[in-house]
Amino acid sequence: MMADTAVLAAQVPTVEGKARPGDAALAARLDALDLPRGGFTRAAREDAAQRLEAMGLPGARDEYWRYTDPAPFNAARPQPVELAVDETTLFTGIDRLNLVFVDGRFDAEASDALAAEGVQVESLAAADAGADHWAAGLYGRLETAGQVPVKRPFAALNTLVAAEGVLIRVTGKVERPVHITYRRSAADADVHLHHLVQLEEGAELTLLETGSIGARSNVVIEADLGRGARFHHISAKRANDPKLGLGHIFARVAAEALFKSFTLSVNGSMMRNEAVIDIAGDDAVAHIAAAVLGDGDIGRFHHDDTVFVTHAAERCESRQVFKKVLKNGAEGIFQGKILVKPGAQKTDGYQISQGLLLDEGSQFLAKPELEIYADDVKCSHGSTTGALDETALFYLRSRGVPKERAIVLLVLSFLADALDEIEDQRLRDDILGRLEDWLTARAGNPGKASPGKA
Amino acid sequence: MLEIKNLHVKLEDEDKQILKGVDLTVPAGEVHAIMGPNGSGKSTLSYVLSGRDGYEVTGGEATLDGESLLEMEPEERAAAGLFLAFQYPVEIPGVGNMTFLRTAVNAQRKARGEEELSSADFLKLIRQKAATLKIDSEMLKRAVNVGFSGGEKKRNEILQMAMLEPRMCILDETDSGLDVDAMRLVAEGVNALRSPDRSFLVITHYQRLLDHIRPDVVHIMADGRIVRTGGPELALEVEQNGYGDLLAEVG
Ligand SMILES: Nc1ncnc2c1ncn2[C@@H]1O[C@H](COP(=O)(O)OP(=O)(O)OP(=O)(O)O)[C@@H](O)[C@H]1O
Ligand SMILES: [Mg+2]
Repeated sequence: MMADTAVLAAQVPTVEGKARPGDAALAARLDALDLPRGGFTRAAREDAAQRLEAMGLPGARDEYWRYTDPAPFNAARPQPVELAVDETTLFTGIDRLNLVFVDGRFDAEASDALAAEGVQVESLAAADAGADHWAAGLYGRLETAGQVPVKRPFAALNTLVAAEGVLIRVTGKVERPVHITYRRSAADADVHLHHLVQLEEGAELTLLETGSIGARSNVVIEADLGRGARFHHISAKRANDPKLGLGHIFARVAAEALFKSFTLSVNGSMMRNEAVIDIAGDDAVAHIAAAVLGDGDIGRFHHDDTVFVTHAAERCESRQVFKKVLKNGAEGIFQGKILVKPGAQKTDGYQISQGLLLDEGSQFLAKPELEIYADDVKCSHGSTTGALDETALFYLRSRGVPKERAIVLLVLSFLADALDEIEDQRLRDDILGRLEDWLTARAGNPGKASPGKA
Repeated sequence: MLEIKNLHVKLEDEDKQILKGVDLTVPAGEVHAIMGPNGSGKSTLSYVLSGRDGYEVTGGEATLDGESLLEMEPEERAAAGLFLAFQYPVEIPGVGNMTFLRTAVNAQRKARGEEELSSADFLKLIRQKAATLKIDSEMLKRAVNVGFSGGEKKRNEILQMAMLEPRMCILDETDSGLDVDAMRLVAEGVNALRSPDRSFLVITHYQRLLDHIRPDVVHIMADGRIVRTGGPELALEVEQNGYGDLLAEVG
């Protein structure tokens, strides 16, 4: 990574007058990082530095961080975490364009050739050596827009410091998914990645993410969908990886376009995923879903999904489906908002968040919000927290299904609505199979797969 | 086959005694019916026999072929050959009917040390059994009981019974909510399974089902006990006169 601290560090927390309590933390945070000089991204990085300076890092009293303590993400360096076996088998049976990142660095050797029909793929670090690039207008643009009305300092930090990522420009209907495979070789890797996806009018792409990014990771995806484009995003990071993970996906969805994002999370230690979706054109569709399994027994588990969907056009549909299965003191958080702007008539907005608590020590907290400024809209939201349905469990067992297996079936049944958001059946089956293996292994069936995959 | 002796059961969380000394024996190959007023404890008896949580056995015993049922897990009782067709079959969204049945059939086979059924054999078997119960294949593809009509749910119970081939079948009001044709289908399903080494305990409120499934013995349950036992004519008596006279007789 290139370091050019001279340019940027000078702009960082030296607010005139009194220093804010977080300033020292931000200075220390930046101090620990290499700040890339930036080629075509240079101006965007300078802007990000200013945004970050103005915002500061989130504090414990920050309303948007009420349920998740930002301290581990504010710390200058992550705690080293043990390396889990690097084994990624999810989606490997599917014809795809595989891109490998090791500790946040693009590994060209291990990756497929960056050439495919209808799509242009590059590594950010390679592209950022030059001053001109198609992505110059996109890098940091959606992130910047997404800072209003709620600030997202870690996303600005990412735009400032991320040296690597994937730049994808899609011009046609691309059949082969682009698959980003993350690997980890250092115990203390603090990884920032910034991916850009530009889908031109009518373009189609599926983006997959799997593997283990780093001891601490901060990933931003900016996805700009042109008119009638279709973008499917599926993320299934490695299970049981004791990591700290922070993710932001910013999407702008033009008229008649379709955006669908699904995330599977199985254990880990602390994760916060933010989705900021701007439905900007008429008749567009945006769905975002997650299936989360957390077991506090494997290590601390805290999983926060924070979603902000803005309807700014007519006749658009949005769906948020979040399901979390929690046990042994695991914590699941959901903060989800639907904002319907004036004039966004005939909006169809839906949101459901559900926690399935497998014991009494776990908790699920949900904060659903609707803010509607148009009169002809249909918006609904619901949130439930509950235990396994005892009657259903007995019904299954009375048919001879052993208790452990019956619980697996009921957990899968609980997650079904979220999994159904994966349109491609091969991908859904792959995820479902992995989920089933994992659940079965955890249920104490030694004959099944080890819990260390994907 | 099934032997229940002086069974006393109360609710686990409440100080409420529901079964107050049930005595009942169903020999192999026989069909017994239980009738009785609402709330007399018929469903409770069926739940306790199949191992549902929430009840506490305070006395007595229940055995299947000499083996004590009450200490077994519900799935063990199923593997031992016990089956309960629920009064209110449970909807399980997200779990396919086929997946459910295949899991159940193979789990039981495995528990008994038998070979699991291949997908092909399973499919063949279920198609054939579903056809005789007039359950179409579209219904098999749906989630367990989700969106099924009341009668469809009951027929689905009988399909499960036919697939699992239990030796002791308890049917809790499988006839309620069935139209005349469905009742005949269900009865035919039951009759097809009748054999010298399989027994049935049929809980019902109506004589009608017993016209189709001829019981060997009819029991009357009231206030947590079997108060009368007789032949099929007992059911006719209930149909004609209600429980008033019968219960007055036993006091
Ligand atoms: N879990 C429970 N909680 C509270 N009361 C219960 C529970 N289970 C059973 N009971 C009570 O026990 C009694 C017997 O109920 P049960 O369902 O066994 O009756 P039943 O004979 O099957 O009646 P029906 O003919 O209406 O189906 C009733 O008074 C019922 O309210
Ligand atoms: Mg009953």
